[in-house]
Order: sequence, then structure tokens, then C-alpha cells
Amino acid sequence: MVETTNPTRADMPLKKVARDARRAMLGEFWHYFAENRGAVLGLALFVLLVVVAIFAPLIAPHGPAMQDRSALLVPPAWEAGGSSTYLLGTDAVGRDLLSRLIYGARFSLFIGVVVVGISLVGGILLGLVAGYFRGWIDIVIMRVMDVILSFPSLLLALVLVAVLGPGLVNAMISVALVLIPHFVRLTRAAVMAEAGKDYVVSARVAGAGPVRLMLKTILPNCLAPLIVQATLSFSEAILDAAALGFLGMGAQPPTPEWGTMLAEAREFILRAWWVVTFPGLAILITVLAVNLIGDGLRDALDPKLKRS
Amino acid sequence: MLRFLATRVGLLIPTFIGVSLVAFGFIRLLPGDPILIFAGEHGITPERYHQVAMQYGFDRPIWTQYFHYLGNLLHGDFGQSIVTRRPVLREFITLFPATLELSVCAIVFAVIIGVPAGVLAAVKRGSVVDQGLMGTALVGYSMPVFWWALLLVIFFSGILHWTPVSGRMDLLYFFKPVTGFMLIDSLLSGQKGAFTSAVSHLILPTIVLGTIPLAVIARQTRSAMLEVLGEDYVRTARAKGLSPFRVVGIHALRNALIPVITTIGLQVGMMMAGAILTETIFSWPGIGKWMVDSVFRRDYPVVQGGLILIAGIIMIVNLVVDLLYGLVNPRIRHR
Repeated sequence: MVETTNPTRADMPLKKVARDARRAMLGEFWHYFAENRGAVLGLALFVLLVVVAIFAPLIAPHGPAMQDRSALLVPPAWEAGGSSTYLLGTDAVGRDLLSRLIYGARFSLFIGVVVVGISLVGGILLGLVAGYFRGWIDIVIMRVMDVILSFPSLLLALVLVAVLGPGLVNAMISVALVLIPHFVRLTRAAVMAEAGKDYVVSARVAGAGPVRLMLKTILPNCLAPLIVQATLSFSEAILDAAALGFLGMGAQPPTPEWGTMLAEAREFILRAWWVVTFPGLAILITVLAVNLIGDGLRDALDPKLKRS
Repeated sequence: MLRFLATRVGLLIPTFIGVSLVAFGFIRLLPGDPILIFAGEHGITPERYHQVAMQYGFDRPIWTQYFHYLGNLLHGDFGQSIVTRRPVLREFITLFPATLELSVCAIVFAVIIGVPAGVLAAVKRGSVVDQGLMGTALVGYSMPVFWWALLLVIFFSGILHWTPVSGRMDLLYFFKPVTGFMLIDSLLSGQKGAFTSAVSHLILPTIVLGTIPLAVIARQTRSAMLEVLGEDYVRTARAKGLSPFRVVGIHALRNALIPVITTIGLQVGMMMAGAILTETIFSWPGIGKWMVDSVFRRDYPVVQGGLILIAGIIMIVNLVVDLLYGLVNPRIRHR
């Protein structure tokens, strides 16, 4: 509390203390995270997916749109009639399934990152404003969030895409909008809990303006639940965008997006099990990896569970 | 309790107004002339155009239009389908029992399996059983339902030929809907095999729609049980020498179920979202498929009316869950 009168002298040791404390916190966090074997497995899977997505052109044996007219609906290599050129078989127009799945990883991760990015930033800003200023602006923001939550999220996203026009970008915007209320509510609740605490009051007395108070003083102390929610939303975004793709409202063919691939494969469901099975399996594995990480994060960041 | 009820109901009014604004604005946000949209794909003559414009009040200021629309809603007029020319509300009421029947079956399925699984995992905490159950629950929770539905169809309908692929009833049987619930109507009809047919059509959609709630309920039951099992009164019950079954099944479970019931209630709202995919895949003639079909047919009055009706149901379900929770847990009321 003294450093406000003489910042130059008191700042140095404080910064070092803060750095050490942060390192200790990270260490403790990793300790609890690593205790959860599922979470580590999820993290490993996720890193693998990211590597596959980044190096897709190097890893994929064929181009995602390359058609081999002589190899339509070829079964996977280990089945009768399969060929080692197409490890997981080909689809109805002779495209290599494995290569399309590898390129598809790019879309799913891209969708997750962009959607969560938009809704996280939007949700935090709205939640900070609502929780910090209270009053009518809080009422307006929270009622709008109630309205969004009154619709089933997939239905609202579907209708929004119908308004904006089908496509991957519009699907991502719609899903992001539908996910915003969770972040707003969490941020607002956390801000309201923190706003009355001594460190916030002292920062205000020291002359910090509302923007600094919201973003630099309060926000860092509300991050734990937001990180967990962001992970959950990441998997929800992938699922919803794939569902929209499956309904024909998301990414459009011939994009190798997994949900869109499933939609294209649907008519061959009883003739060629592999074109249906593998894209869905890819979605499941990705979502599962993210949810495993989310569970680990919750255990590591939730102080209530730490004690037990 | 009355004040709690009044505030909760009072909060619904601005939310409902917001919902109606979304539905009202949706038609006007669509690219193109709303009258041409209402007219559908057949086009419209200039005279008819003016007639429709007058009828819907498109010549008046937008706020007058909105209040007119709101007035219609309050009178139960949710517009008319472009495709069938029938009132939206009547279509909704005809189709709703199908969704309700499926949702109820799915919730029952999820509770019957999810609660015991959660209890078992909590009692055997840290064991192979616990890890296996919770691992499975996480897989279920991460499941893309549309793919899960296709897999089940491949296996049970394609390979084993046990269940039909779509619909609610074999075409062999025909009877007038009395309640709208196939399970009841097929029994009432007295036709041999009709009930079996209804059940076999229900099985796969029930499993698909129930999977995610099942996973959520199992996880929630486990953590609620773990919390309760550490309480003093459970230790006391054990110390009294009660059988483990009585301690877990009666003393612990009854208290653990309070948060679980809230979860179940909130899952009912989620059902409407899950129903969109499940009903579309199984051609189940309910609200979810109706909405998706209407979006694709550009039957926008139906989408508009359906949005409000579905949001209304979710709002009411959430309110009831809240009130029940307030009844069970007095602490909530006095926040």
C-alpha cells in the first residue's frame, strides 16, 4: 500500500515477488493438472491435432479435393477390396478420406479458436461493463442475454445462418453469438464479487480509472472460471458448427469440414460405413480431447476441490 | 415465497418482449421484401401485393406494426404457414405431442441409467468401475449426436434389422390420434402389433436424444453424491449400523438428488435443441423437424411463430424448475 507514494523504490522487489508468485502458481497449477491422467491424455491428443492441422499439406498423402475416378467408394485398406493407397478408403467421388480428415482438422480447430475468441472477448467486455457499472446498462445487457438463452442454441444459430446466408463464416458468427451469454454471466458475477474487495477500493483511491480498474485490477482475478468455460465452449463450438455443416447450413461442399463430410456421406450410410464413421470419429476425438482438458483445468483451478 | 414467485414471473415479461422483438425483427432482417417472402415462390400480383401490405400493416410505421404483431400474439395468432396455409399455432399443437413423447422417453432413459451409474461411481470412488463409468460418460457428453444416430442406424437397422430407420409407426397401422402420443394411441386402437411398432420406432431416437442428458446426469449425480457422502449425518447413519444400502440409497441419495433434479429440469429445455438433430435424422414428425424443414422451405411465418412458442416453453420450464428448487431449498428464495 506504500508503493503509491513512492513507486520507483518500492516497485522493484514487488515485481520480483509477483514474478515468483506467478511462477509458483503456474507450478502448482501444473501439479494439479498433471495429477489428472485424463487431462494429460486430452492435452497430448490436442497437441497432436494442432500439429496435424498445421502440417496438413505435408502429412496428407493426397490433396483434399483430388478425385480419383477409378477409385470410388474404395473401402479402408484392411477391408476386402481396400487399397494401401487410400488407407481409410475413398468417398463417392474418389477423394481420399484420410487426407480430407487431416485437412478437416484445420477447420475444426480454426472454428473453435475464432468462435471462442469472439464470444470470450465480447462476453468479457459486456460482463465487465454490466458488473462494474450496474444500473440500467446492467439490466439491458442481462435481459438481452436472457433472450438469447431462451432459445435452444442450435435453433437460434440455424435461424441466424438462414438470415445471414449459409456458409462457414456466418455459421461461426452465429455460434459465437449464441455462446456469449455464458461468458457475460460468469464475468459479471465474478466482477460483482470482486468489486467490493479492499484491493479494488485501494486501486480506485490511488486514482485508477474505470477502464484500468476493470481490465487490469479486476479481470485477472476472475480468469479461472472463464478459462474453464472457454474450454467447454471450444468443444461446443466445434459440435455446433459441425451440426450446422451437417444440416447443410455451415461450411459448403467440397470443403473438407467434418460435419459437411458427414452430410455428404449420409446417403451411403448402408453401403459404405467408412465414409460415415471416420468423420464423426474425428469430431468425437477432438471434442473429447478438449473436454478432458476442460475437466483437468476445472480440477486444477477450482480451489474448492483442491482441498479434498 | 410469493415475493420470490412475483420477481421470477416479473422477469419473464422483458424476456418475452425481447423474444418477440427477435422473432419480429427476424423477418425484416432477411434480405428481400417481406411481402415477397410471405408470398413464397409463386410470386404475387400487384393488386394482391397491396392487399397483403394492408393486411399485415406494412404501410404503417414499424412501431405500430410491432404492437399490432404483439397484440396478435397475445390473442394466440402466431401467423399462418406459407406452405400449408394453416395457422402456425395449430400446426404446433398437432406436432408437439410427438416431441413431448420423445423427450419424456429420453429423459426417463437418461434418469434410469444416469442416476444409478452416478451413485455407483461415487460409492466406488477411484476404482476401475468409477473410472470406466466416468470415462464413458465423458465420451457420451462429447458425442456429436447426429453421428451417433447414424452409427446406431447402421448397426441396429442396417446390420441387425432390429429397428426401423425412421418415422413413428409402420404404415400398416392406421388409427385416429386421440392423445397424440403414439404409445397411448396404439394401445387405445386395440390393433395387434401397433404398440410394438410404436416402441420399436421410439428406441433409437430415445437413445440418441437421451445420450447427452444421460452423461450430464451421471456426472452430476456422482459429484453430488461425493459431497453428501462426506457429511456428518451419513457418518451417523453408518455408525448406527444401518445397512450400506439404506445409507446410500435413502440417507445420501435423497439429499444428493436436489441439485440433480435441477439439472434434469434444465435438460428438458436442452431437449428442444437436441430434438432438432434427432428428429431430422429419424424423420420424427415433431417440432424440431418442423422448424428445420420450415427454415429450408423458407416458410418464415412458421419459423417466426415457432421461435416464440419454443422460447415460451423453455421460459416456462425454467421458471417451474426455479420455483421447485426454491420450494425444496429455502436458501435460494432469500437471495
